[in-house]
Amino acid sequence: MGRITLTNIDRAYGKMKILHGINLDVGDGEMLVLVGPSGCGKSTLLRLIAGLDRPTDGKVEIDGVDVTNVSAAQRGLAMVFQSYALYPHMSVRQNLAFGLENIRMPKAEIDARITEATRMLEIAPYLDRRPGQLSGGQKQRVAIGRAVVRNPTAFLLDEPLSNLDAELRITMRAELAGLHRRLATTMVYVTHDQIEAMTLADRIVVMRSGRIEQVGRPLDLYNAPANLFVAGFIGAPRMNLLPVKVRSASGAEVRVEGPGGLSASIAADGVALKPGDDATLGIRPHDIQLSNGGKGSVEARVTLAEALGPETVVHATIAGDSKLIAVLKQQGVESQGPPINLALPPERMHLFDAAGLRVAPR
Amino acid sequence: MSGVMTFLTRRRGGRGWHWTDIVSWLWLLGGVVIMFGPAVWLVGSSFKTPAQLAEFPPTIMPYVSQHARVEGYDKPLTLYRVKLPDGSTKVLAEVRRIGIVAQMVDPQAPNDIVKVNIADRQPVREIGFATENYTEPFVHFDFLRYLRNSVFVTAMATLITLLTNSMAAFALSKYKFRGRDLTMLVIVGTLMVPLSVILVPLYSVVGAVGLLDSLWGVILPTVATPTGVFLLRQYMLTIPDELLDAARMDNASEWQIYWRIVLPLAAPALAVLAIFSVVWRWNDFLWPLVVLSRKELYTLQVGLNTYAGQLNVQWHYILAMTVVTMIPVVLVFVFLQRYITSGIAGTGLK
Repeated sequence: MGRITLTNIDRAYGKMKILHGINLDVGDGEMLVLVGPSGCGKSTLLRLIAGLDRPTDGKVEIDGVDVTNVSAAQRGLAMVFQSYALYPHMSVRQNLAFGLENIRMPKAEIDARITEATRMLEIAPYLDRRPGQLSGGQKQRVAIGRAVVRNPTAFLLDEPLSNLDAELRITMRAELAGLHRRLATTMVYVTHDQIEAMTLADRIVVMRSGRIEQVGRPLDLYNAPANLFVAGFIGAPRMNLLPVKVRSASGAEVRVEGPGGLSASIAADGVALKPGDDATLGIRPHDIQLSNGGKGSVEARVTLAEALGPETVVHATIAGDSKLIAVLKQQGVESQGPPINLALPPERMHLFDAAGLRVAPR
Repeated sequence: MSGVMTFLTRRRGGRGWHWTDIVSWLWLLGGVVIMFGPAVWLVGSSFKTPAQLAEFPPTIMPYVSQHARVEGYDKPLTLYRVKLPDGSTKVLAEVRRIGIVAQMVDPQAPNDIVKVNIADRQPVREIGFATENYTEPFVHFDFLRYLRNSVFVTAMATLITLLTNSMAAFALSKYKFRGRDLTMLVIVGTLMVPLSVILVPLYSVVGAVGLLDSLWGVILPTVATPTGVFLLRQYMLTIPDELLDAARMDNASEWQIYWRIVLPLAAPALAVLAIFSVVWRWNDFLWPLVVLSRKELYTLQVGLNTYAGQLNVQWHYILAMTVVTMIPVVLVFVFLQRYITSGIAGTGLK
């Protein structure tokens, strides 16, 4: 079992409030990813769950038991740190055994657990080395191994991949996903990398300045971001956000007009909107297509075209000042070339009201 | 050997002597003479007889006069190189001396007495070591007892210093509490109070707790050193807090964190402090002198002082015993100096 429930968590350092009334429920066996820009409080939240820090207000429960005032050691959780935090003066084996010796586990059982973990993580050849003699990837495995041998109710991972190079990060990401499948233990994973979040998570929690912006499955967040922040944060390259004016609005359709003669009817519940209201139109770069002009398309001036092979990332401006990024399937778009026409399909558009909240279809 | 020569003649840029090479050479040579000269002179002089110590000008190396047995004389006679009136030099033995004239005899022809002005002769001397400077004190002077006391005081004081100072440093570097910085400031501030200022009050405190005339009275007042706390705290600040958090997640108690994580990682700083502490406690003179009054409790430094009487100073014993007393400190530096450099360089863990 590994169900973690947070209720109304506040954390303040002096007058500085880091977390504002966080409510979160992590299901048993779930991989929950906390994602957000640096300084948004996601690591603080993880430390509160771990018991390394105490909330100013609120309640932490594990499997229904209130552990708010229980020490880190007693919570039965294991944590993987960003810097790995391997004990530099101990061999890999001692690093793995340290936590188990502290709870006075019999030697035979410790050995069995280490053998099992080393087999799973393929770190057996390094057991007698010191962390200083290991590469980044190997240290990462040992750090995970140290958490695995504890057989914890839940794993807490604090940006575990951020110190690895790009290639290794992709491999380790896949391994972590495999590990989670095999162990089926709850994992709370903190990262600022939305790709890690998208690939690993069962559910993603997007945070900003101490508040939860949205919680949901990765594709739900991608397809239906609750507000402008989530829309901009999830997805790469980021969603294009264009300022528009509402022309007409009904319960089923909202008609907007934007820069460069952009005009579109979006299927959205516009009951709350009035003609003349400011709104924001969002469209993902991958949803934009090249067109021959005509209805629903805008003329764009290409400032930069990055030909990646399978796709071309086009940085363009429309109506002089609005920037737009499009990822096109075609090759052959030139930087500083003649203006091109881009089609923005209305069914792929997202609409946000003046407060930045999503206007969803009914 | 060739390696040493390559090292000594190493030059800037490799080819040709630059003026900076010469300057640095002279500078370093001067340093060697200033640092090493007194030590060499001390060791040399420790092997001299009292008579030779009183000689002026002094020599670096110890010499002993040569003696010879001459037929017809009971005692061995001292040999001199004499310049005879005819201009030749000859080695003669002195029978007796009257004023500035010495009666001398040729060891090959013991029957003829030759009168020689003492200005015309030089003693025949060879480098020789007056080892009795070293052996005598071991018999008459209670060297081994003093040594035992010194070793006990040094070892105990160093152990307690390391333990208490590292505990204080751990608390001051790894815990956040109200007044932490003030505490640190006060501790470092005590550096400005010299021993001579607190000697008398310290004496009454030690007297009041009944530690006068006991080795613990020497040990305990010296163990809390601000330098040690400061040095260890600065080092422990470089130990990442994540390691401590990791240990907390690993069910380690705060004591285990201190004992099994922080202490081993602070080993380089501990080694530096150990070296300092050993040198301080070993060389301590004033405080043991004040506390100890029974002779069998004397440490080496206080014991050595007994050679410096009010009327005469037995320099030959003092010098010899000083050399013996120096040996442990020198050994400490030889074997632990790499920790000093690593401690100073402050190699953090990456």
